[in-house]
Amino acid sequence: MALAHDAPIAHHDEHESTGISNTKLGMWIFLSSEFLFFGALITNYLLYGNGDFAGTVPREVYDIPFTSVSSFVLLMSSLTMVLAHHALSVNDQAGTKTWLLATALLGAVFLGGQVFEFTEFIVEKDMTLTTNPASSAFFMLTGFHGAHVAIGVLMLLSLFNIARRQGGLSEHSGMNLELVGLYWHFVDIIWIVIFTLVYLLSAV
Amino acid sequence: MTATSARPTTSIYVRPHPKTGIWSWITTVDHKRIGILYGYSAFVFFIFGGIEALLLRIQLSAPNNEFLTAAEYNALFTTHGLTMVFLFVMPVTAGFMNYLLPLMIGARDVAFPRMNALSYWIWLAGAIFTYSVIFFADVTPPIGVEGFAGSLDPSDQTFLGGLPDGGWFLYQPNAGPYFSPGTAIDFGALGLQILGIASLISAVNFLTTIFNMRAKGMRLLRMPVFVWMTMVVAFLLLFSLPIIAVALFMVTFDRSFGATFFQAVSGGDPILWQHLFWLFGHPEVYILILPSMGIVSEVLPVFSKKPLFGYAAVVFAGAGIAFLGFGVWAHHMFASGITPVAQAAFGLSTMTIAIPTGIKIFNWVFTMWGGRIRFTTPMLFAIGFVSMFVIGGLSGVTHSIVPSDWQQTDTYYIVAHFHYVLFGGAIFGIFAGLYYWFPKLTGRVMSEKLGKLHFWVQFIGFNLTFAPMHWLGLQGMVRRTWKYAPENNFGPWNLAVSVGAFIIAFSILIFMFNWMYSKRKGRPSGLDPWDARTIEWSIPNPTPEYNFAIPPVIHSLDEFWHMKYTEDEEGRAVRRPDADDVIARLEHDGNNPKSPIHLPNPSYFPFIMAVGLPLIAFGIIYHLSAAGKALIVVGATITIGALLGWGMEPLEEPHEAHHDDHADHAGAEDEDASHHEEVD
Amino acid sequence: MMPAMVNPLGRARRSPRLWSAPRRLAGIAVLALTTASCSYFEIDSPLTTFEPAGPFAEQIDALFWPVFWIATVIFAIVNILLLFVIVVFRDRPAAKEPKQTHGNTFLEVTWTVIPTLILAGIAVPTVQTVFDLTECGSGAMDVEVIGHQWWFEYNYPDLGITTANVLVMPEDQEVCARMTSDDVLHNFWLPALNGKRYLVPGQETLLRLQADEPGEYWGHCAEFCGLSHSLMRARAHVLTAADWDSWISEQLAPAEVPAEGTAAFAGWEIYQAKCTGCHGVSYLDADGATAYAGPADDAFNGPDLTHFASRNVFAGAAFPSGDQSYEQALTEWLANPPKVKPGSFMPNLALTQSEITSLIAWLETLK
Repeated sequence: MALAHDAPIAHHDEHESTGISNTKLGMWIFLSSEFLFFGALITNYLLYGNGDFAGTVPREVYDIPFTSVSSFVLLMSSLTMVLAHHALSVNDQAGTKTWLLATALLGAVFLGGQVFEFTEFIVEKDMTLTTNPASSAFFMLTGFHGAHVAIGVLMLLSLFNIARRQGGLSEHSGMNLELVGLYWHFVDIIWIVIFTLVYLLSAV
Repeated sequence: MTATSARPTTSIYVRPHPKTGIWSWITTVDHKRIGILYGYSAFVFFIFGGIEALLLRIQLSAPNNEFLTAAEYNALFTTHGLTMVFLFVMPVTAGFMNYLLPLMIGARDVAFPRMNALSYWIWLAGAIFTYSVIFFADVTPPIGVEGFAGSLDPSDQTFLGGLPDGGWFLYQPNAGPYFSPGTAIDFGALGLQILGIASLISAVNFLTTIFNMRAKGMRLLRMPVFVWMTMVVAFLLLFSLPIIAVALFMVTFDRSFGATFFQAVSGGDPILWQHLFWLFGHPEVYILILPSMGIVSEVLPVFSKKPLFGYAAVVFAGAGIAFLGFGVWAHHMFASGITPVAQAAFGLSTMTIAIPTGIKIFNWVFTMWGGRIRFTTPMLFAIGFVSMFVIGGLSGVTHSIVPSDWQQTDTYYIVAHFHYVLFGGAIFGIFAGLYYWFPKLTGRVMSEKLGKLHFWVQFIGFNLTFAPMHWLGLQGMVRRTWKYAPENNFGPWNLAVSVGAFIIAFSILIFMFNWMYSKRKGRPSGLDPWDARTIEWSIPNPTPEYNFAIPPVIHSLDEFWHMKYTEDEEGRAVRRPDADDVIARLEHDGNNPKSPIHLPNPSYFPFIMAVGLPLIAFGIIYHLSAAGKALIVVGATITIGALLGWGMEPLEEPHEAHHDDHADHAGAEDEDASHHEEVD
Repeated sequence: MMPAMVNPLGRARRSPRLWSAPRRLAGIAVLALTTASCSYFEIDSPLTTFEPAGPFAEQIDALFWPVFWIATVIFAIVNILLLFVIVVFRDRPAAKEPKQTHGNTFLEVTWTVIPTLILAGIAVPTVQTVFDLTECGSGAMDVEVIGHQWWFEYNYPDLGITTANVLVMPEDQEVCARMTSDDVLHNFWLPALNGKRYLVPGQETLLRLQADEPGEYWGHCAEFCGLSHSLMRARAHVLTAADWDSWISEQLAPAEVPAEGTAAFAGWEIYQAKCTGCHGVSYLDADGATAYAGPADDAFNGPDLTHFASRNVFAGAAFPSGDQSYEQALTEWLANPPKVKPGSFMPNLALTQSEITSLIAWLETLK
């Protein structure tokens, strides 16, 4: 994350009035904006998702057991993220690397599930981005979420790579790990909301 | 003396070092230089928007006029709106914020200096991208949902007509794929998306700065009102931009990728666009006006020689306006057929906005009450703001009377209303700020003679332009109309309005001349030309690169004032006998820091990263062609490459005094992370 | 006695210096100029919102004026206060340094509470009027209003009449406009009869219309709806009961085919060859039966022409405009529609002058 490197500018005489570092505070502020971004996308789906349209609508084609499994995978990645953070806090560099990689892999598995789901909807169920407003809203929402997960996976892999090359994460990269962690938990929480509101509550 | 800057020793990245010339501007991360860049570029677009307005006014100066084609007229009112909102008022206020925010809270820079530069370059990229449409788009008649297209006379296919023509509000489905089939609207929608990214970055940056970078003792309720308004605006941006981002993505999906979110023919709801747009668009109005309210709240106390009356009330009224601003969006849609319950609710919520606005106005008037008012140019503009804004505010209340609004909406009455708010309000405030803080940029004061001439010409021109529009609107003149019938007798007043518009244009020329002239020949300002109250005036003019040689410690609101003045037993201001010595000492100390001050280093990456975004946007518009796909890849490569470079670039170069051994990891790390407090 | 009658206003007592000859001349000149400019600047627009001609517009008008006067009084108070302050408290050499007052809770409460009370006062009738004007009355006559780029279509479902551009309605009769759009958003507005209401594709909106007096009322599409938004206008013709009945029977009658050999007949033939793709006409065929020439209902439809000449305006009620004669305007329109109305769905059919003359001759028979 670009945010991470901008922190320490005026180190002679300035202080953080809130006691939270600039980068972390900046990330929180950014995520509060992201909440509204997904809020708007989810609202859009809730408005269109249950409408009657020509063609296949998402609620007819959900595979709840499948999506439950991939949601569980993403949920577990939050756990491994916490473990990575904990490992770093006790200076267990090997553990940090392992859990970082595990988080990235779980994220990748989730993405793989989404690719599979999209393919099935488009090829088998004949529901594409352009079928009707409900399908558009579905693909737009889950697509943007998937993009966020993908960015998260890239950030996790970068951290893992830095840790591997340098034999561990420094204090500063530790701050980066915290930031990526914040972001990752955010992406997970959003998925829980999406899974509940978009999948579970509107499946036929 | 200036800040030190050692040569790079360990980094594999060559840091840019120029102090002058174009590269120094492209690579700068100095908040003051970025503020100046914002200001000048915004002013260029102000001139664009102004010329567009003049062309519109020539067209409207007589009934059934043929000066412009319909396509040109529609394109010009659209770009006039887009330009004035997104390319003038927002960036020029961003310029003020950039320049002043760290100075007012006693900081050396913003929290994220490189992101600050990034925000500017993305904004500029978005602006240039939006205007580049003129080379790519044609005038296109609607193709219609039945596939039966409208037709166009060849004489309507003009250069200017190719600008986006859906209105700045891009109402769907008119601005959708069936009724605006060309690429013009795509440029508008994606341009706004890019500009939104810039604003979002600024918002995160300013909020972090305000929360974290305040000088010792600068408690929240000791911050100048302008800083408060910056914070409120940043929150508004933070919460309204994601909504318009989603809405614009929906438009782009509809237009470029075959979705039908707003296309009724496939079950989409065109009114949803309006909800989303105004859920952003109404807070946007406060994004435009609140910075000027902040400026006026700085200027009025200084020239009244009194503290701001009801400081806390003014601050909380500003926050209240912003908060309520999220609950009034549907008053733009009273005629859209929303339910009567919704109309009543939004009518009432709109009325409540009048209360905090009234609080502000009365507090400003009572700031002047009992003062010693000096009619300097900034003060004239501030007083002009108060009196003109009252008119805009009151006509706003008439819109909350829902049935009245059914008559007034979409007429020139509305045009008059929001120009009283945005021109009589926001732009008068901006000019007050430009005259007031000019010495901070240049060390000189702008000519008062020319300034006062500018004010009066602009004040008269402004009222001649916009006051008759109330009358025209109530007489039934519909907005966004290229022609009006002679039977309506709108001609004479419209001619008067057009004359007024040219008078405004003339006043802007006076301002530009004054600016250029005063920059070179203006009276030297010294440290405290206005007998000011806030700490940005406690450092020399022009502002040194490092801002504060000695970090300020704040003991009260209006810290600088209290260095110069005390009060007698009656509560009257008494100048301290040593005030002049204090100023002389500040001037001397401010120019001569005791130890070298290290500043964040310039960087190429913000600029490079911004270059990638418009390329991606071009690619999305032409994504069906191979060139389009290639552009997406090239743009993404540039942006992501710059992001990686940014990440790997050391924030600061090694320098002797602060070299920490432990952090020297392969140049990838910040070598001076030690000051980070470990949190939690 | 006598002097008082000569000079009832007592002007003679005024100081001659204040009312000297040059000043008097100047005064007269200013007065004359003001009067002249007033009449020059006077707007007497047929679109004005100040002359409500029916109960709904009157109800809005009655709500507008009190609010207007309240706003004017507040404006005056604030600006007089402002002027007072800047005159009285301007910096003078002898002025004392100001007291450093920071605020006053009583004043803050005052200017919070008083506006709140005023607003609460105007909120009540506002909400009342919103609900009053939402639902159509029980005796209302339904008229479907359909917006097209760039003209309004009016269907009278109970009468079986379809017309365009001119909304015809009887006096003292509520019309319930049930509105929708065929393409983009439009906004139907007859200022003398009611406020505006959108026409939304895929949705129905309602607008109550009623006029007290027969006459012609002007209207306009108020929402930006594309290239020729400014030329999407409307008229309402309000008729007496007797005129209304004859209008209905006139509209229900099919058109008669003109006699062969006339210019109008030539026009009829051109219409059949070039115009029926978009425009329909119901006519009496040779057997005396009602026949229809024109597009299918679900295809693209321009205005129905059966009673074209019964309407005094055409092409979105925007023509004729100014000092154009009807024939002049129609000639220009037929010669090149997109030139007259940019983006027009009626293309340039490259008609010759003689074809245009024939078409006009025929169109004028369509009463």
